[in-house]
Amino acid sequence: MKDKRDLKVQAIGNGTVIDHIEAGQALNVLRILGISANCQGTVSFLMNAPGAKGRKDVVKIEGRELNVEELNRISLIAPNATVNIIRDFEVLQKKNVVLPTYVEGVVRCINPNCISNSTEPIKSKFSVVRSEGGGVVLRCLYCEHAISENIAEHLV
Amino acid sequence: MKDFSREEIDHVLDTAEKLEPVARGIEKSRLLDGKIIALLFFEPSTRTRLSFETAIQRLGGQIINLGSVEASSVMKGENLADTIRVISKYADLIVMRHPQDGSAHMASEFSSVPIINGGDGSIHHPTQTFLDLYTIRRESHLEGLKITMAGDLKYGRTVHSLCHALSLYGAEMTFVSPPELRMPSEIVRDMERRNIKVRETDSFENVIGDTEVLYMTRVQQERFPDPEEYEKVKNKLKLTGELLEGAAPDLKILHPLPRVNEIAPEVDDTPYACYFQQAFYGVPTRMALLALAMGVIE
Ligand SMILES: Nc1ncnc2c1ncn2[C@@H]1O[C@H](COP(=O)(O)OP(=O)(O)O)[C@@H](O)[C@H]1O
Ligand SMILES: [Zn+2]
Repeated sequence: MKDKRDLKVQAIGNGTVIDHIEAGQALNVLRILGISANCQGTVSFLMNAPGAKGRKDVVKIEGRELNVEELNRISLIAPNATVNIIRDFEVLQKKNVVLPTYVEGVVRCINPNCISNSTEPIKSKFSVVRSEGGGVVLRCLYCEHAISENIAEHLV
Repeated sequence: MKDFSREEIDHVLDTAEKLEPVARGIEKSRLLDGKIIALLFFEPSTRTRLSFETAIQRLGGQIINLGSVEASSVMKGENLADTIRVISKYADLIVMRHPQDGSAHMASEFSSVPIINGGDGSIHHPTQTFLDLYTIRRESHLEGLKITMAGDLKYGRTVHSLCHALSLYGAEMTFVSPPELRMPSEIVRDMERRNIKVRETDSFENVIGDTEVLYMTRVQQERFPDPEEYEKVKNKLKLTGELLEGAAPDLKILHPLPRVNEIAPEVDDTPYACYFQQAFYGVPTRMALLALAMGVIE
């Protein structure tokens, strides 16, 4: 077993570690995953940790292995994040997040006149595409407005 | 409108053409015989509503109406989703117009019958685009059209959808507007990506002689905080008989109507004026959309 004493945050037995998050986005990652104080298990995070490619955030969620769909939402705000499933203190599986083609109920439309911002019983729906510049663009399926900047600011 | 392919648009326009004699009252049709169509207009609209009513009656269909919004349950706080769920149990098809963007799309998620969007919010008004395309096809030609759009190109939803639709046929586009009301750069770039030749200017100078279809739109006063500025812009974009002296003989002038004074009355009597004809074409176009949505025509 690898020596875990160098881990700045306590090692976890079972759970999920999300690594290589853009510095400053850790809290948004929790938001996008819908993880809040009333979730079971310890959630810890590291902000501004030095990494090979500059500063990064790391989030560790104990006792919970998140499903693929939940995890891929992270790519909207942290496209380079990696997900490590931890079992018995060891990294069982490591994968990159993949940009989904469609997200529901994750982001709010920026068009104030959009029906998805009304009291109607619907969730926001967006198709997700990569722009020519490589950024992420969300397009509202109701009103077709695009969100291409500061996606994290529009999380539901 | 972006959802339609060229083949689908052509099919709608072909169908409209077949139904045109019925729209003129020359032939009779029972295509919508026994069908009940609900008109749900949550905001005022005379033309769109009347042309739908005409189209339905020409095809022998029956209409049920929301009545005034104030008097209906909408005012009692019922949401649109519930209204649609209920009405779709009464009618065979719903035509709706609503002030919020994307409301027609939402309605289609809750409806058990087809929905035709008669305009929602400030972005979509697909039946207007179809009738614009039909007018262009009947009075000019769609393929490689030299079109000039003038007026409020920033907020005018009809010109935005028209750009997208015409780009499917190849076109040369000229945009005439005051700097404040230019075509959104996103659309200009999109057109250029589709190999559409785009020219932008702020006056009709050197434009009319080289135009096959001139699509005029209204410049609304509320876009200009300064009334003097509005007057200036208005006069610069006013289409007069004099301006048309250099027009190509087959020029056609379109306008979604209502016009205020951007087209001088003397233009009405020229062979170029096509806007009242365009209003009529709204009827066969909407007949086609109704018949296709109902599945009574393949
Ligand atoms: N048992 C554990 N408890 C908490 N975090 C762990 C545990 N095992 C690994 N990690 C963290 O998961 C991430 C991936 O681990 P590892 O595969 O060892 O590193 P790397 O991806 O840098 O090669 C790192 O941020 C590491 O600190
Ligand atoms: Zn929207």
